[in-house]
Amino acid sequence: MLTLTCPNCGADCAETELAPGGEAHINRHGPGSSDAAFSEYLFHRKNPKGVHFERWRHAFGCGKWFHAARCTVTLEVFGTYPAEVTAPPEYIVAAIKARRPDWEG
Amino acid sequence: MPHRMPEGGVLIDRSRPIRFRFNGEELQGYVGDTLASALMANDKVLLGRSFKYHRPRGLIASGAEEPNALLGVGEGGRFEPNQRATMTELYDGLVATSQNHWPSLEFDIGAMNAAVANRIPVFSAGFYYKTFMYPRAAWKHVYEPFIRHAAGLGQAPTDPDPDVYEHYHTFCDVLVVGGGVAGLMAARRAAEAGAEVLLIEQTGHWGGRALTDTDTLIDGQPADAWAEAMAASLAAMPNVRMRTRIMGAGGYDHGWWLLYERVAEHSPGEEGMPRHRLWKVRAKQCVVATGAIERPLTFAENDKPGVMLASAVRDYIRLYGVRPARSAVVVANNDDAYRTALSLHRAGATVKAVLDTRAEANGALPGEARALGIPVRPGYGIAKVEGTMRVETVRIAPLADPSAVQLLVCDLVAMSGGWSPVVHLFSHGGGKLRWEEEMAMFRPEPERGAPIGPDGSVNTRCAGAANGALAAGDCLSDAVAVGDAAAEALGRQAPPAMPEVAAPAESPMEPHWFTPASGKYAHGNKHFVDFQNDVTAADIRLAAREGYESVEHTKRYTTLGMATDQGKTSNINGLALLAEARGEPIPAVGTTTFRPPYMPISLGSIAGRSRGDLFKVIRETPMHAWHAANGGDFEPVGDWFRPYCYRRAGEDRDAAVAREVLNARGKVGLLDATTLGKIVVKGPDAPSFLDLIYTNMMSSLKIGACRYGLMCNENGFLFDDGVVVRMAEDEYLLHTTTGGADRVHGHLEEWLQTEWWDLQVFTQNVTEQWAQIAIAGPQSRATLAAAGLVLEEGTLQDLAFMRYAPARISDLPVRLYRISFSGELAFELACPASAGMGLWERLLAAGADHGIQPYGTEALHVMRAEKGFIMIGDETDGTVTPQDLGLSWAVSKKKADFIGKRAFDRIDITREDRKQLVGLLTEDPTVVLPDGAHAVAEVKAAGQPMKTIGHVTSTYRSPVLGRSIAMALIERGRERMGEVLDFPLEGGSVIRATVSDPVFYDKEGARNA
Repeated sequence: MLTLTCPNCGADCAETELAPGGEAHINRHGPGSSDAAFSEYLFHRKNPKGVHFERWRHAFGCGKWFHAARCTVTLEVFGTYPAEVTAPPEYIVAAIKARRPDWEG
Repeated sequence: MPHRMPEGGVLIDRSRPIRFRFNGEELQGYVGDTLASALMANDKVLLGRSFKYHRPRGLIASGAEEPNALLGVGEGGRFEPNQRATMTELYDGLVATSQNHWPSLEFDIGAMNAAVANRIPVFSAGFYYKTFMYPRAAWKHVYEPFIRHAAGLGQAPTDPDPDVYEHYHTFCDVLVVGGGVAGLMAARRAAEAGAEVLLIEQTGHWGGRALTDTDTLIDGQPADAWAEAMAASLAAMPNVRMRTRIMGAGGYDHGWWLLYERVAEHSPGEEGMPRHRLWKVRAKQCVVATGAIERPLTFAENDKPGVMLASAVRDYIRLYGVRPARSAVVVANNDDAYRTALSLHRAGATVKAVLDTRAEANGALPGEARALGIPVRPGYGIAKVEGTMRVETVRIAPLADPSAVQLLVCDLVAMSGGWSPVVHLFSHGGGKLRWEEEMAMFRPEPERGAPIGPDGSVNTRCAGAANGALAAGDCLSDAVAVGDAAAEALGRQAPPAMPEVAAPAESPMEPHWFTPASGKYAHGNKHFVDFQNDVTAADIRLAAREGYESVEHTKRYTTLGMATDQGKTSNINGLALLAEARGEPIPAVGTTTFRPPYMPISLGSIAGRSRGDLFKVIRETPMHAWHAANGGDFEPVGDWFRPYCYRRAGEDRDAAVAREVLNARGKVGLLDATTLGKIVVKGPDAPSFLDLIYTNMMSSLKIGACRYGLMCNENGFLFDDGVVVRMAEDEYLLHTTTGGADRVHGHLEEWLQTEWWDLQVFTQNVTEQWAQIAIAGPQSRATLAAAGLVLEEGTLQDLAFMRYAPARISDLPVRLYRISFSGELAFELACPASAGMGLWERLLAAGADHGIQPYGTEALHVMRAEKGFIMIGDETDGTVTPQDLGLSWAVSKKKADFIGKRAFDRIDITREDRKQLVGLLTEDPTVVLPDGAHAVAEVKAAGQPMKTIGHVTSTYRSPVLGRSIAMALIERGRERMGEVLDFPLEGGSVIRATVSDPVFYDKEGARNA
């Protein structure tokens, strides 16, 4: 069972305290978008073997959403960061590169 | 003959004899016995029948790896099948029964399977798959019932379990699993370094094999004395917790461990004690010191009762003072098994021979055996074991000349094929293994993969025999290193120290995977590999011949290593035979996946306290007690319990519902609507936020006005609905469905926090803060007036439909909404939850002269269906759009954006043949369509496939219309008005119904004018 640190309240959370929210940093395509863009937004997910950015909610805690950078193979957690960003911040990217020098994003 | 020796048995207390029963016979054992040792002391050799062939079986092992001696233990509600006799501690009054036999253990009909199997290949690998193919119909009616009757081990208990079980959550720096010398040593190192240590042991005592094999000296002390002193020293350390009778059941991500404690299993019914306790532990580091399991050897008829693992034989002698036999043959491929020969000899048994499959046996232990006059025969193996119900004679032969068979008379065969490290817990968390050719074992290879913590560093290591360090000296130095490594990972260090170990030098073992039966003894013999699942060497070879190359496939085809045993004794022998059959090295075959739990754990322990009244939390409204006291017939709605109807004496549900509907439509009805979700949305951006959330416009809502709103997801599918009230310029109150409050609140927060975090909006779920009561019917206004309801501004008479007004009844402030889900003149009143009961009773009293009656959820459903109002979860199923339901009027054309808007342009949503909501009127008005009934394009004969064109979503008997009504989603439904549809039912009958408008009653809305 995973543990993630909630960047909002600072708690080390067990997976049972959290609700998963799928892949992070997906751009919303609303009215006026092309079928291709809308389909990409609605249905297409990366499902990578390796470094992955995810959304989680500290559902049975502070209630806040946050992001986690995690390896889907080893379950190593590179870091968690606030939900109010559209891309992983530099310190998260640096933490990933320190552990996965070959990772290209 | 096995019997209790006059003295000895370090674990038993001879001053405390206790009685127990086996298959009805009363027997005696001692406190400290296991059920296995006590049965052996009473010469009970035959303990069960095997799974497939019903062959007689007895004890093989002394610990968790026992595959045969699975017994039913306990009586009534405390009966539990498949208990390992070796792990069941004896208690006074224990009742045990053997399994898998009929009519009796000694004479069993199923054993004919075995008799037949000797002539034709019955029950060989894939037998079921190959045999029960044709005719197809026979599978359902003949084969499957028969196989199900014959299959399975043990019987399920039928009475409720009277015992208590519990869960326990804890944390530690270092979890050490296993209280043998390695576990004790590793725990000591970590504790000395200052770590908080939790040390657990699955048996009731510390020391592991050191209790039996005392010929090892550690720091000058015999191993058992050293272990005792070490356990005592650890117990004195404040940072060490030590618990026996706890098994490491499973290892999971990020140092999460499941442990299984047998608290009162050995003292059933003890006051205040749970039978089992499930531990959930988060450990920063874990040391797996779970030892090793001895492997059987594969020779003909090696499953006869009386063929045992060598280490187990000397366990019974040393730990329980039970001598398993008068005369024995030891067969082994290593030096360690000679300890068993020595132990048997010293216990007064005659060791007829030690058969050593190696060409030479010149180590210290063989030398000691020879010195005692025990015949040692290098290069020998067992050609066949003979005996009807137990070992009587053994045919032995030189491996180089299998025809030179000799006969030995004995009642015990002690076998040892080497040792396999118990790597299960390491493997659960993803630890990788490496094949060690010299010692013929899989051992952990952390360099290739070990369980890790969230930071990516290793958090689980094997120590001692579990790490492949079998020799005592290696075992202890490994434990020191691993204990230190766990401490170091925590940034801690203990002063260097290393125990002195002196043990007899052992020559290397040599793998010996299969001993062929020879001469006339070869016919029809079985060489068992997996005793629990009755898998033989021939089965594995057959699987290989039939092309099962992967070990995972072979496992499933032959059942090797399956079931409760998980291949503890059979895994490596099976892999070796498969590798041999395929002509490949063992690592190329690989190993199967170890899965938790290590040993079966009780279902009770998994449930813990969550049973009976505590199984699930039930939400009750403030008026629940009134409902319960006044005939409330409850149904679950989400987590809530709501009255379905209120039954009067002599009334059934249907009659009660009809009465409630007619009363509400004719006079006035009262509904407890507290369970409706209530969410406050507040902030300067609340109007624009709600415009994005709802399909219709909410920013244009006037203060004090109500609007029915729809929420879709981004796929355009409707998932919740309810009335929105604008309380102030910057504050809205959202009503949601009863089951949807938490989901809707989560939905709002998700969009606020992850997409539109620039909006200044707060949300709060206030469902439980407010009691809410709906009052419906022509007399509702009069009832409210009689109750003394006064509006803060204006009059009740002037309050328009879909308007909100603050009001009060005496000194109780209430929120008054004029909204209707019944089509009647209706209001809803909300007050603080604590005042809910008072308000409920006051309205009932005020309405008494007007004929008021409470109504339940079913009357609510009937009335909304009569009016064609949809219900989330009935008319919607996650694939239905507002347009499908004829709710386009509630979907804004003006707004630039809202959740779901883009999806309404998708091809699938705009196609014309979507299912649409319609009403249905059956041709026979007394017939009520079954919920979910399917309409078909054309009725065909039973068994023929029919194209369905839709299904019934709601269906009721309407008391006010005096006929049945239904709603349905039908392809192109709105084009089919007046068309008669066929609804074929199971059994061949067909209900015919006419498509109609879904509004059945008061279409013009005159009743709520």
